[in-house]
Amino acid sequence: MLRKLRIVLAALFFAAVTLLFLDFTGTLHGWLGWTARIQFLPALLALNFGVVLLLVALTLLFGRLYCSVICPLGVMQDIAAWFGRRGKRRKFRYAYSPAKNGLRYGVLALFVLALVAGVGSFVALLAPYSAYGRIASNLFAPICRWGNNLLAWFAERADSYAFYSTDVWLRSLPTFLIALATFVVLVVLAWRNGRTYCNTICPVGTVLGLLSRYSLFRPVIDTDKCNGCTRCSRRCKAACIDAKRHTIDYSRCVVCMDCLDACAQGAISYRRRTKQPVADAVAGSAVDVSRRHFLTGAALLAGAAAAKAQEKRVDGGLAVILDKKVPHRATPVVPPGAQGLSHLARHCTGCQLCVAACPNGVLRPSTRLEVLMQPESSYERGYCRPECTKCSEVCPAGAIFRITPEEKSAIRIGRAVWVRENCIPLTDGVSCGNCARHCPTGAIRMVPSDAANPDAPKIPVVNEERCIGCGACEHLCPARPFSAIYVEGDRVHRTI
Amino acid sequence: MKTDKKITRREFLKRLGAGAAVTSAALATGCTPKRATTASLNEVPSGGMTYRTNPTSGDRVSLLGFGMMRLPMVSARESGTGEEAIDQPMVNELVDYALAHGVNYFDTSPAYCQGLSERATGTALKRHPRSEYFIATKLSNFSPDTWSRAASMQMYRNSFKELQVDYIDYLLLHGIGMGGMEALRGRYLDNGMLDFLVGERKAGRIRNLGFSYHGDIEAFDCLLSRHDEYKWDFAQIQLNYLDWKYAKQINSRNTDAEYLYGELSKRGIPAVIMEPLLGGRLSNVPDNIVARLKQRAPERSVASWAFRFAGSFPGVLTVLSGMRVMEHLQDNLRTYSPLQPLTDDELGFLQQTATLMMQYETIPCNDCKYCMPCPYGLDIPAILLHYNKCLNEGAIIDDPQDSAYRRARRAYLIGYDRSVPKLRQASHCIGCNQCSPHCPQRIDIPHELRRIDAYVEKLKRNK
Repeated sequence: MLRKLRIVLAALFFAAVTLLFLDFTGTLHGWLGWTARIQFLPALLALNFGVVLLLVALTLLFGRLYCSVICPLGVMQDIAAWFGRRGKRRKFRYAYSPAKNGLRYGVLALFVLALVAGVGSFVALLAPYSAYGRIASNLFAPICRWGNNLLAWFAERADSYAFYSTDVWLRSLPTFLIALATFVVLVVLAWRNGRTYCNTICPVGTVLGLLSRYSLFRPVIDTDKCNGCTRCSRRCKAACIDAKRHTIDYSRCVVCMDCLDACAQGAISYRRRTKQPVADAVAGSAVDVSRRHFLTGAALLAGAAAAKAQEKRVDGGLAVILDKKVPHRATPVVPPGAQGLSHLARHCTGCQLCVAACPNGVLRPSTRLEVLMQPESSYERGYCRPECTKCSEVCPAGAIFRITPEEKSAIRIGRAVWVRENCIPLTDGVSCGNCARHCPTGAIRMVPSDAANPDAPKIPVVNEERCIGCGACEHLCPARPFSAIYVEGDRVHRTI
Repeated sequence: MKTDKKITRREFLKRLGAGAAVTSAALATGCTPKRATTASLNEVPSGGMTYRTNPTSGDRVSLLGFGMMRLPMVSARESGTGEEAIDQPMVNELVDYALAHGVNYFDTSPAYCQGLSERATGTALKRHPRSEYFIATKLSNFSPDTWSRAASMQMYRNSFKELQVDYIDYLLLHGIGMGGMEALRGRYLDNGMLDFLVGERKAGRIRNLGFSYHGDIEAFDCLLSRHDEYKWDFAQIQLNYLDWKYAKQINSRNTDAEYLYGELSKRGIPAVIMEPLLGGRLSNVPDNIVARLKQRAPERSVASWAFRFAGSFPGVLTVLSGMRVMEHLQDNLRTYSPLQPLTDDELGFLQQTATLMMQYETIPCNDCKYCMPCPYGLDIPAILLHYNKCLNEGAIIDDPQDSAYRRARRAYLIGYDRSVPKLRQASHCIGCNQCSPHCPQRIDIPHELRRIDAYVEKLKRNK
């Protein structure tokens, strides 16, 4: 019964969190956004003490229920483990193993160190919710979007606007590879041994394990009823039941209640702790599991022939449009609400929720090593539109503060810089001014390139005091592959 | 049928069908007869085509002419060559069908369909005896680097090669008036091309010499004033019930068709009509205009009104229609086999309809693609047509308080992304104005694109 309840709750939470990453219309966040906000690490980074205290209390009461129900990565592993247990002979495939405390606490110590030192990429790599976010946004979301695009294709033919097509694109190769590697390793580990990751690597699991040792409710083996069949031990995906000694390692138990149903004698029950102290299992030797390996860098470059404006002779046809390339920015641009580079780096868990939510193709995971996987803005596919505050609405970790469109219009995240060599009026000899026309703050003006000659081709000049760095000018600049005006980030955002 | 002149073919068939149904019903059940027909769209008549005779050459030309400017295309992916290509099997099928139903005038140009139209036309027609059809093509030396005598000559000679013919029935100076008098002089007068073409006519390689006109009226008047010298065999003008009296009102730089036709008929020059349907704008009209036309004749297509209008003028030699699909061809064949000229009453009705249509701010784009390719990659006609489409559907609403706003916004924005890729949308127009001089309707394209962009921006910002 308890097991069924756990499974239902877990399924609901898992579906809710996953939907957050799959939904690109931004309609679900109002309803389900809280499932991301109650994740342990984001709440901790957001200094959301209410949630943290709640989770601590939950763990002290019921054990690591968090790991079984709320954590999407945990549930994902349970799903993989369930597949691994299918078939009669594989039903009781696990075995008790002593805790690998050296590894657990070692990783936790490193994690805390990285957190304090602000090495965001290491934090993002290990944090369970972030790992799941990457998997969902890099692996599940594209499949979901392709499915949507198929529906949109049908809708278009049915002259319906129920579905619309959305871009599916690789935002960052390293992040994708990390997500893929994480997914593969976790699925294989869970398939074979259940919750190995949760009880050896996961820093959240380790912290909650420290608390769950003292939880009020817990599964207990009734030695009178136990006939020593060890079914419970072989059914325990956390490998924490030592059936021979009738002990359970509560620091690793994720209260999945599987053992309750597994015991034919009804010897295991979930109840209030009793007085007698429970001997904790002793840590064994450390195991070197190199879980993750990742690649950084690897830029996609495709040389393309320069397509000069072609001389028109015949009617019809479409000119070739070169893809825009990312310009080299001395300071990266991060979304408004992020306060600046260091605030973002300190609070972001790299979960990709903002990246998945960005409807304009602006946000993508950074490839810089120190902030790997944290969001970064670039304007090749769109620009940071004035009415959109999606990323600030979804961030569960307080890395991007919630802002209103009105506030956004005055938050300066960078400034436009003009590149003479690319500017169309000078290179092609045609009038342009598309940057000035689309600047939402009116920061750009077109002036004759030669002060002495009012008929000279007009070039843009930027009033940097009014520019907010939204990238409209950069995105809509006709120069390709590099724009003639681009945004240089500000280290610290400010309100103008 | 033949004895009763008042009965039309359509009515005859209907009565015949009803009669047959009655008979069979009566035979089968013996109960009281009921009216029943299986379908009201009758067969496409063959053999009933209305013909007009060209007074100068005596050519018997079908009233429906086939315009080869809007040929069916296959996408780059389908064609396998990486580029858009003409759907030649479909062109062949359309041409065969048109010929079989009496159409004998085919109008092309070296510039049409990205320069592929002449070859496709030649390929399709080559499969039929040369005496069964008339080919019209043009000297489309628009680009200033083809203004030289040598380049123009080369373009002219190339048409023979592409069309696989040794004479051309109708040759036109293409789009005189575009670019004003300067272009007329540069393209045909100063380089001696017009004199050369007159010589070619004498030599029999050109059977009829004429011109097509868009734009600056000075060029039109200039060429007509020298009719005695050049002896124009025909002229091609834009004529339809909207442009008849309103062309100048729609765009002050254009001229009403009433004047153009009047000038031609005064001189006895047969008129070839282009844009009788305004590139589909006179079939794709606002909903209440559809209702109005349909109410008057529920079984006629909206387009048929436009074709009957153009065909009703006795001085019209042929009415060109760019028919991309078989259904359009069949509909037009029904309209002209034979033509039922508009009565005075109907003419007045259409004139009122035109007045009603003037209330809509439809952008007068006929999707001729003369403006394309835009050097900065925009899909200009697609942007304008999407706007017109939404306008016709009543989905241009910029007041967020309006109860229909959300629906209209969604339809506009999603439809926009569907019909125009993001990078080809109006926001990318830099206003270089290289397109506008090519527009036969003389639309201020950058201005319209900016207007649409501003509207889209407004929609995006106000949810």
